[in-house]
This record gives sequence, structure tokens and C-alpha cells, in this order.
Amino acid sequence: MIEIGGTRVPMREQSVEERIKNFRSVPCGYNKEEVMKEAQRCIQCTGVPCEKDCPINMKILEMIREIAFGNFKKAFFIMKEDNPIPAITGRVCPQESQCEGVCPVSKRGNGINIGKLEAFVADWARENGVKEDIHIKERPGKIAVIGSGPAGISCAVDLRRFGYQVTLFEALHKAGGVLQYGIPAFRLPTEIVDYEISYLSEIGVDVKLNFFVGQNIKFNELRRDFDAIFIGTGAGAPLFMDIEGENLKRVYSANEFLIRVNLMKAYKFLEYDTPIVWGDTVGVIGAGNVAMDAARCALRLGAKEVYILYRRTKNEAPAREEEIQHALEEGINLKELVAPKRVLGDKDGWVNRVELFKMKLGEPDKSGRPRPVKIDGSEFIMKLDTFVEALGTKPNRLFLNKASELDVTSWGLIEVNKNLMTNVEGVYAGGDAIRGNATVILALGDGRKAAKSIHERLSKN
Amino acid sequence: MSHNIVRIEALSTENYLIEVEAPHVAERFQAGQFVIIRIHERGERIPLTVADVDPRKRTVTLIFQVVGKTTMELSTLKPGDTLINCVGPLGNPSEIEKFGRVICVGGGTGIACILPVVRALVNAGNEVISIIGARTESLLILEDEIREASTETYIATDDGSKGHHGFVTEVLKGLLEKYKRPEEVNRVIIIGPPQMMKAAADVTRIKKIKTIASLNTIMIDGTGMCGGCRVFLDGEMKLTCIDGPEFDAHKVNFDDVISRLSMFKEKELLAVKHFCKHKQKKAGRQ
Repeated sequence: MIEIGGTRVPMREQSVEERIKNFRSVPCGYNKEEVMKEAQRCIQCTGVPCEKDCPINMKILEMIREIAFGNFKKAFFIMKEDNPIPAITGRVCPQESQCEGVCPVSKRGNGINIGKLEAFVADWARENGVKEDIHIKERPGKIAVIGSGPAGISCAVDLRRFGYQVTLFEALHKAGGVLQYGIPAFRLPTEIVDYEISYLSEIGVDVKLNFFVGQNIKFNELRRDFDAIFIGTGAGAPLFMDIEGENLKRVYSANEFLIRVNLMKAYKFLEYDTPIVWGDTVGVIGAGNVAMDAARCALRLGAKEVYILYRRTKNEAPAREEEIQHALEEGINLKELVAPKRVLGDKDGWVNRVELFKMKLGEPDKSGRPRPVKIDGSEFIMKLDTFVEALGTKPNRLFLNKASELDVTSWGLIEVNKNLMTNVEGVYAGGDAIRGNATVILALGDGRKAAKSIHERLSKN
Repeated sequence: MSHNIVRIEALSTENYLIEVEAPHVAERFQAGQFVIIRIHERGERIPLTVADVDPRKRTVTLIFQVVGKTTMELSTLKPGDTLINCVGPLGNPSEIEKFGRVICVGGGTGIACILPVVRALVNAGNEVISIIGARTESLLILEDEIREASTETYIATDDGSKGHHGFVTEVLKGLLEKYKRPEEVNRVIIIGPPQMMKAAADVTRIKKIKTIASLNTIMIDGTGMCGGCRVFLDGEMKLTCIDGPEFDAHKVNFDDVISRLSMFKEKELLAVKHFCKHKQKKAGRQ
């Protein structure tokens, strides 16, 4: 019997005891019966708020309908029309504040679990070797895409589908940007990222790894050699607090901590060569997704106690709901209303304490969240032996210095017009490089939009 | 995109030279820059000094000291083997101008790093006095190349087996006694172990001679992403990979540099042990 509305089909997950000892995916994913049952909850409403709220306007309604009837292949093709990496977005999108949040069914419990439906279909296609037929009609035009994160991927895919010659430049030894170095395997399994990215080469995008535009080739040489450029260089440079003690050992930026663990596989040290060191008690500053990721990585490495140190409270935490919930379930302690004053160490230069201010919530700030206010004289010492700063990141100034003809804001964000073109003719930008820390799906949306602008520009000529 | 090894040579019991095909690096390298290499799919990313490039052969010559598992493994490779990555050139080139008289101080493997700097400075019309040193004569590398490139060359060994018996900093001090007036030495460049750079910076600080040190910190990406290579200049944080590797030696907090270099020591020892055991097993099977 088809049940409309009703409660969400629960997602099976690895048990807490088990999962904190490994880096495997926490959710186990739906099976065929579960996914169809969940899809059948959809009331196929006419307003389609889910699609309107999706930054890439995926045809969610149609996708769900096909899933409900068990037509996974069809559902996969519908999804792929708009989304080059559904196995990834299904896992990392903040669905609760997008498609699932506006779902009318959510008024009676939880909205349709769109993210997990998406992930199921993408996984099903991968496991069954289902691929779309690719028919590309070649057309003249060479385009360089800088950065192989979500923005670069979607821009490259769309431009290639239009028929252009696309070269994708990546500075690291693996493509994927933040998907590869930032998001841990228990949230986004590496083999899934690798598979989704292999699609680029399959459709004929020329992926050039280990290539830093600005160092290996001058930006203006690139401009000379290509008909258009898309910059999707993200926001990869870590922010530090600029407090005493950041020179100490076992003080990390979340970027370093996560790059070691995710990209370099330091959790498999000895099998892999990159080391990581941690102590029994780990403190992570910040309460975004990256902070949760770092904290949960520390736990899996074997730290005994892990603290999220946050200057506001759980209600204001920017992390996705699922990430906070998973972190808390796993025994991570959320210490609210504290902010570090300085980091202290022993005589050999290892961090062993942090001095914290107590905070209180004040008037709302520009973000609409209550401003954290320091309580004078409230300093206290907390013992810890590993300190990870997850304060957010900003665009890489190395690239910006080498492409100095681009207009940037005081924050180092590249300025673009409504077509995502920069002040330099034929050079476009999107993703975190223009937004600062945002989401995978917004970056995907930018990549698509820029691809469309580039296509309009080149097909006009 | 792997990089073919065309030559590998032991320069001493600790130092090796490896020449690899890396067209992008060979084409654009400027003195002072470095590369990041990875040997294989499971390897770590380590920064290495570029001693020379041959744009015609499209190769780079890297010189390294065996200090951990990766460099140990690197030293066992043979011509025809490959490196999976050789990214670069990274970092800023050395500031090369006509300064006048420049003293270049190289210690240990740092001699390899200072060689292209010496050559570039001489090409720019400078008089270059090189001071190179090592613990003992057998560890002294590239002496002939440095002598050939420099206007004048001094040598120091800790055990006195060659040249001055003692540290390069003592030779530097002596030279600064000779060239007493500040305008007689226009710049000092020091590349070597951080302890030596710290001592040399102390010598020139008193004389107020502009001094540049090239730092070799722990790095992962080499493009400003991890922040692991952070150093502090008069309290201000800088990243060695993108702000350096050369910095004003009088501003660098070398104690931090020295301390942070030891962060992964224990793990490195573990990896070396593991590697040696593995190698023995392999040798036993053959």
C-alpha cells in the first residue's frame, strides 16, 4: 500500500561503538525497498518548492516519481542532466535548509529524504555500471577551468557537453578540491569521489593535475592560449586566530589536520607515508562542518576526549544538523560560549593548555545570529594536548597575486557581474572564490551558470 | 603523469643527487625555488631543493639528505624508476640584483640550495664569497661547483677534516672582521640547518647587514593551503611555501622553526623502522 506523507523511512547507520573506530560511511544508505517506500511518501505537489529551492534546480519531483516506481535508471538520467556529482551532493548538501526544509510533507514530521534518495540512485548506477550515453558534438573553442572542486567540475562538465575543448587545472595530485582534501571518508567515501570525478575524463575533459596556474603557467599566458577561463579556485587558505601559542606543536589549522587525514590518508599511517600526531584530549575551535569533521576525525584516530569549543551556542552553530547530531552521538563534547585567549605549551614546545574566555550572547550581528560577547575577567585554563583551528578559510592569495589584473574585495573574493564574469573580458569565476565559505551545491550552481555565460559568449562570436 | 629518473648518485653517505624529467619545472625554475615530490601513490609530499635544471633535457636535479622514510626510499631508486609527482617550481625566486659583494653561507644539504643562488648572483655582476660547511669532509657536497661559481670560497668542517676547524659562522665572523665597513658586504644569504642559520643571523645582526635565510619547513601542499609551514617574523605569521622560502633572517624566530621541525620525529622513526623491516623481508625473499 502506498503511504503518502507519514514518517520518514529511517536510515540505517553504523553503530556509534563501531563507527568511531573506522573511517567508513556512517549512514549505510537505503536499500531498494526502503528507497521506494521513502519516495512514495512524496505527495508530488504542484508548487515544487524543493526544485525552486535547489541552487541547481534539479528535477527532483520527476526523480522521486521514477524512484517510487523503481525506475532507478530513469531517475539517474534525470538527475545527471543537472547534477554532475549526485553521489556527492546527496551526501553533503545542507538539505534541511534547502529541498527537504521546504518540502510540504515536513509540516507533518520530516520532509522527503531527498539527499539519501539522490545518493541511492547515484550509488545504484555506479554499482550496476549504468552510464548515460554521451554524445558530444564538437564545436570550436578552448576553455581553461582553474580548480577541480565542485565549481570547476560542474563548469567543465557543462562546457564539455556544449562541445568545447576543456582543460581543467588542479594544483594537487588528485582532482576534487575540497571533496578530496576536506570532507572525511566517513561522510564522503573516497572511492565515490574518485568515481564521480572519473566522469570528467570519460566525457573528454583534459584534467591536468599537479599544475598550479600562476606558478606553472602565467595567468596572462593562459588568457592568450584559451578563449575563456573559469576560476573555481575556492577558498583554500586557512584562517588563524592570531593569538599567542599558534607556533606550538600539535596546533593545526583544520585544513592541515584534514589534508593529512583525508587526502594523504594519515589514518592509515605506515601503509601510507604521511604522519599525523595527536594527543588524548583534542580541542577544536569553531562549530561549522569543518570543525565537526576535524573533531570526528580526531576521535577516529584514537583521541580519548574531543571538545568543540564554540563562542556561541549549539543553536547558532553553522554546521549541518546531521553533522552536529552525529558528532554528539559519538561522544564529542560541545563546550558552548567559550573563546580562546591564548594557547600554552610545555618547555619543549608542545601545546598542553588553552586559556579561554567565557562568552555570553549579545545583540544580533549582521548574520542575524546573536553576537558573542566576552565576559571580562572570566578567563580559565583548560588542559588539552591537540588544538585544531576550524575558523573558516579564505581564497588563496598566491593565485590572486599571480592574477593581479582581477578585481577582488578586501577579503580576497573575486568580484563578478551577474553573469559571473570578472572585470577581465572572458574570465569568469564562481564558488567559494567569489563567495567565501559556502556550500558544494552553491559552487555547482555557479559552475553551471558560468558555463552558460561562457557558451553564450562564445557561440555569439 | 610520472617523472622518469635519469640519474641518481650518492654525493656522500647522507646526501644524494637525483635527476628527473620534469619539463614544467625545468622550463620555469628560478634560483631559490623548490619542488614538492611524491614517490608513489601512498607516498607523502615533501619539499626538495632544486640544485640545477637543464631546460634542454627538460630535467631537474634535486639534492636531498636521507633523514626519514621518504628520503631513504628515494635513495634506493634507480634510473628508469619514476616519481609519481614533481610539482613546481614553488615558492618565490631569490631576489637577484647587483648588490655588490655578497656572502653566501651554505651548510650541509643547504649547499645544494645555495648553488643556483650563487650562480645567479654572479651572473648579475656580484662578487660572491661562498662559505660552505659540513660535519666532516666526506659529507661536504658540491665543493667543485661552488668553487667554480664563486669569486672566493671558504670551507669549514666541524671536525677540522677540511678547511676551518669549526662552524661556517666562525668563518663568516672572520670575514666580517676583514670587511669592517658596513658597505663592504652588501648582503648575506644563508641556507642550511636552522641552528646554523640562527647562529649566522646573530653574527650579521650586530653588523646590521641585510641577511636572507631560506627555510626548509615541513609542508604538505606547498601552495598555502595547510598552514603547516608557518613561521613567525617579528611575531607576524608567514607561510614558508608562498611568502618564502626566503625571509629576512634577522626577523625569523628560528627557535620556532627548530621546534616545529621536530613535530613528527617519533612517527618518522616508526616509518623508517617499518621501511627497513619491509626491505629486509623483501631481500630475504629474493
